[in-house]
Amino acid sequence: MQENTLYLKELFQQEFVKMVAVISKQFGLQYIETAEDIVSDTFLQATETWTNKGMPENPAAWLYTVAKRKTLYHFRRNNIYTRKVLPAITNKEESIVPKEDINFSPQHIKDSQLQMLFAICTPAIASEAQIGLALRILCGFGIDEIAEAFLSNKEAINKRLFRAKEKLRTEQVSMEMPPEKELPERLQNVLHIIYLLFNEGYFSQTQNEVLRKDLCFEALRLGLLLTDYAATNQPETNALIALMCFHASRFTARQAGNDLPVLYEQQDISLWDTRLIHQGMLFLHNSASGNTISPYHLEARIAYWHCHPDNTPGKWQQILSLYNELLFMNYSPSAALNRTYALYKADGWEVALKEAEKLQLINNHFYSMLLGELYTHSNLPKAIQYFEEARMLAKTVTEKRHIQQRIAQLT
Amino acid sequence: MKDFVLLFRQPGIDASRFTPQEMETYIKRWDDWIGGIAAQGRLNGSRKRLTQEGKVLKAGGVITDGPFVEIKERLGGLIIVKAESLEEATTLAHGCPALDLNGSVEIRPVMDEH
Repeated sequence: MQENTLYLKELFQQEFVKMVAVISKQFGLQYIETAEDIVSDTFLQATETWTNKGMPENPAAWLYTVAKRKTLYHFRRNNIYTRKVLPAITNKEESIVPKEDINFSPQHIKDSQLQMLFAICTPAIASEAQIGLALRILCGFGIDEIAEAFLSNKEAINKRLFRAKEKLRTEQVSMEMPPEKELPERLQNVLHIIYLLFNEGYFSQTQNEVLRKDLCFEALRLGLLLTDYAATNQPETNALIALMCFHASRFTARQAGNDLPVLYEQQDISLWDTRLIHQGMLFLHNSASGNTISPYHLEARIAYWHCHPDNTPGKWQQILSLYNELLFMNYSPSAALNRTYALYKADGWEVALKEAEKLQLINNHFYSMLLGELYTHSNLPKAIQYFEEARMLAKTVTEKRHIQQRIAQLT
Repeated sequence: MKDFVLLFRQPGIDASRFTPQEMETYIKRWDDWIGGIAAQGRLNGSRKRLTQEGKVLKAGGVITDGPFVEIKERLGGLIIVKAESLEEATTLAHGCPALDLNGSVEIRPVMDEH
């Protein structure tokens, strides 16, 4: 029974996004909420019918048929179709007889989803709202799940999504691929959102492991969607996918602890997903064309080195120089901290401590932790003092407990 | 914060006299040093390295192969850093690998455009 429920949940999640994309594509993004309602309604009917009569042979086809009927009925009945949609479609496609059908072919679904991805990643919407919309419209997440991922509540998420959809309407965002000359810039935005989505899952502070994993794999799926089209299958796209594969390969090893994430050096390497590592290598290889190097390229190569279980200074030298390069490109506190950690592993604590003290990342608990770690070699009381500071600054109970464990080891 | 240019001058290096290992160590020292400035969030833009060859145009259309024959130190490259004051920018320049080769770092504030 449980397996069956899981299958249904998966089926609904998958098919929800496909149907919403196709219906929105045909009738326009301003009807995205109508599309969501129709699809939800379809699922409601499916649950009722299937419970009584059993599952149909091809559940997806069943859903498409019902959704199609409901959609056409809705638009005809509301007269929106003849007054607004019909002229728009006729005009756009320059055909006199509009298609009174909804196309659920695999190719059309894919096209519609890609266009939806670009539509959602319009610069008109704030990136947090873009992630929310992507989770709802492209990944089929429920409001509860989105709220949990963002450590927020249902009302706040509903409001955020509502405003974002409103924006799609008022800004008249269309579900089309951007024109060729705008594509590279828009692709940047799309990649950035996928990257944030992945990070949301990988570094998420929610306790829900299944949810975190789902977030990561949805981000990966969206990335892969981009590889089907020459215009979006760019070196940067491949670098981002490689980066996600490498990180995702350690997901299980990282979650193997009871409720604390397992630190890199304590991970059981046999839990690393070698299939994903190989996939990552393939995409990393593909990313090495053209002559631009992006932060994704550098981060992918860093993640690649982390998939080497050995702990040699040579490996850390490579990681260090990649972080140097990443910082030349753009500064971020986390890159600065990781760079200093790599320096520690490559050149020893004395060099790293000198550099660490220059960073002055006051009130950053990762910074206090790094200083604590570096002082364990020379000044234990000071090390403990920094770990205490880190514990005070840490934002979650989990992190605080993690740091407490480290303090206990030292005292 | 203001922009400052750090100009690196050092004696010309005959790269052919370096073993690959030495060359790697030398490059690493530069990378790590600039990486340290970047890690402080003080680097503005990327690093500019200059190759050894060059030309100098003088009055009367005289062109020479760079200023290198006459002076001991040559300009090897530059970076732009962000700092509150000239003193702070000078502090950032400490530890520059050019100094180890008896070279120098010239620190110059970039004039604000109005």
